[in-house]
This record gives sequence, C-alpha cells and structure tokens, in this order.
Amino acid sequence: MKRSLFLSLLGLPLWLAAGLAMALAIGQPIEFESEAQKRQYDTLVRELRCTVCQSETIHESNAELAADMRRRVYDMTLAGHDADAIVDFMVQRYGDYVRYRPPLQANTALLWASPFLLLLIGGVAWWRMIVGRKRMPQRPEFTQQERETLQRLRSGD
Amino acid sequence: MNLRLLIPLIAISALLGLLFIGLGMNSRDLPSPLVGKPAPAFQLEALEDAEHILTEQDFIGEVALVNVWATWCSTCRAEKPLLMELAAGGIPIHAFNYRDERDAALRYLSVSDNPYQVIAYDPRGDAGIDWGVYATPETYVLDAEGVIRYKRIGPLNRQLLLDEVLPLVEKLRDEQRRNEARRVAQS
Repeated sequence: MKRSLFLSLLGLPLWLAAGLAMALAIGQPIEFESEAQKRQYDTLVRELRCTVCQSETIHESNAELAADMRRRVYDMTLAGHDADAIVDFMVQRYGDYVRYRPPLQANTALLWASPFLLLLIGGVAWWRMIVGRKRMPQRPEFTQQERETLQRLRSGD
Repeated sequence: MNLRLLIPLIAISALLGLLFIGLGMNSRDLPSPLVGKPAPAFQLEALEDAEHILTEQDFIGEVALVNVWATWCSTCRAEKPLLMELAAGGIPIHAFNYRDERDAALRYLSVSDNPYQVIAYDPRGDAGIDWGVYATPETYVLDAEGVIRYKRIGPLNRQLLLDEVLPLVEKLRDEQRRNEARRVAQS
C-alpha cells in the first residue's frame, strides 16, 4: 500500500510533464505569462499553415511538423517576439505558403483581385444582356395589307 | 462561327486549362525561400557522440550535400544507395538525423552503409524548423561559403542527380576554384 502510494507520488511529476507535452502536441491551452501572449499564440496557430498537411492550420494539424511549429511559436511568444516577427520567421523558412492569409503583393495580386474581377465581368455581361434585351426588335406594326386580312377574318368572310 | 457561341467555348476551355495545370502541379514543390541564403545556424550533438557539439560550420568549407533522414523514413532508406554512389564519387554528404532515436539511428548505420561525413542529431526538429524542413528526406546543396544553393524536398533520384544536382555541384566547385584563385592573386 505504502509502496504504491510512493510510486504514484513519484509518478505524479512525470505524469504532469507528460500532460504538458501532450498539451503542446495537440494545441491545447498552455501556460503563458500574460493574456496578450496567450492571445498572440492562439491567433498565430490559426494563421499558420501546416506545410505537410497543407489544408490545415498548425492548430488543427496532428503532424509532427505542426507540433514543432506550435512549439516554436510558443517559445518565440514567451521570448517576447511579436506576431509579425514570428510570421516573418516562418515565411523566411517555409515561404509565403505558410500563411493562411496570403499577403497582398505582386505574385498574389491576381488572387486578391479575382473576386472583384469576376464580379466586374459578371456585371458587365448582365448589363449588356439587359441592354440587348431592350434593343431587341419590338413586335413590328402590321402592314396595311395584314390589317385588311385581319379585318376580313374577324368579320368572318 | 457565331460570337455568342464562341464566348462560352473560350471561357470553358480557359477554366479547363486552369484546372488541368492545377492537377499537374505538385503542391509540395514549393520553392524554398532559403535558397540563396546562408545555412541557418544550429547547435546540436553529433549523432555518434553526445559530447561533441556540431554547428553549421561543420557542414561548411567545401561544396557539400546536406541530407535530412530518419530511420522511420522508408524513402530515406530507398534513397541511400544513391547517396552512397555520390559519397564514393567524392561528394561530401552531411546529415541531420531528424526526429529519430539515437540508438535506432546508430544501429541502422552500423548494419548498413553510411554515406555521411558529419551527422547532427536533431531529435526535436529544432534545426529542422530553422532549415525549413517539411518532411524527410530532404537534400540541400551548400556551396563552399555555406550558402544554400539548392533544395530538394523528397527523395533524390538518378534523373535529378544527372539533370540538376551534379551539374550544380560542378558549377559550384568551379566557383570555389575561381574564388580561391582570386584570393591568392589578391594576397
């Protein structure tokens, strides 16, 4: 009995350490020195892409690389780096692709502009269609001969 | 042909073309922003000797390859015969042993070939992040000044070696010779 108590006491710190490691590994809330640090961490892990799994943020991803990246974000946050510095750090290593929100720059300009371009193209097409419909020939007037024919038909000749 | 019919045809072909290009692109083939930059600094234990601390300087001095590998990575195993050939051909290859267990890595190297000159042990992927490692295997080419000149994500193959790696090594060695000659001339 005593022995098992002793063992479990011995195990406790280990268990806690394992718990912290797990927390880091799955992106659970971890200890920060300030609320601002926690906010920065929480924001960043949702803005950085796991470059292995590609369609996941490092917050969602179970990949080991994502865990490494989270740990680096955590370490840098605790060390006092601001969000821009951390994102820069990742971009310098993994390229712009690591950012979930691509920055507006020369090679992404088309990407950013495409929704507006599509809207513009659609709008122009729609407007042309409306105008085109207005210009469509109205029902032509009956000619004199047609009117006479109609008259004749109506009167039952 | 009627313009009205032509416009949707052009639009659909353009869309299909885009989709087709998208299919053909490998989204892992991301250009590394590290190409053209000096090898990132690191401080890691040597795989063979925990007392011996290695830094990026241990990788630098001549044109060399840096290979990132692990025992759990079967592609790395498949790639190694090629690395052996390169090493036998006189191209120095250094390595990061990435997210691995030291015992497993040492045992692996003791029962199979070892193409590596210097192996840095990176169990937590610390240097991995600094070097922008995505996944194993990865291979970098460093010039004699320690600038990263090439990065390959995924295994090397013979075609890549012939088309890209070996010509680059050749070119970088020429550069190195020229630089050294210039230095001698200046002094």
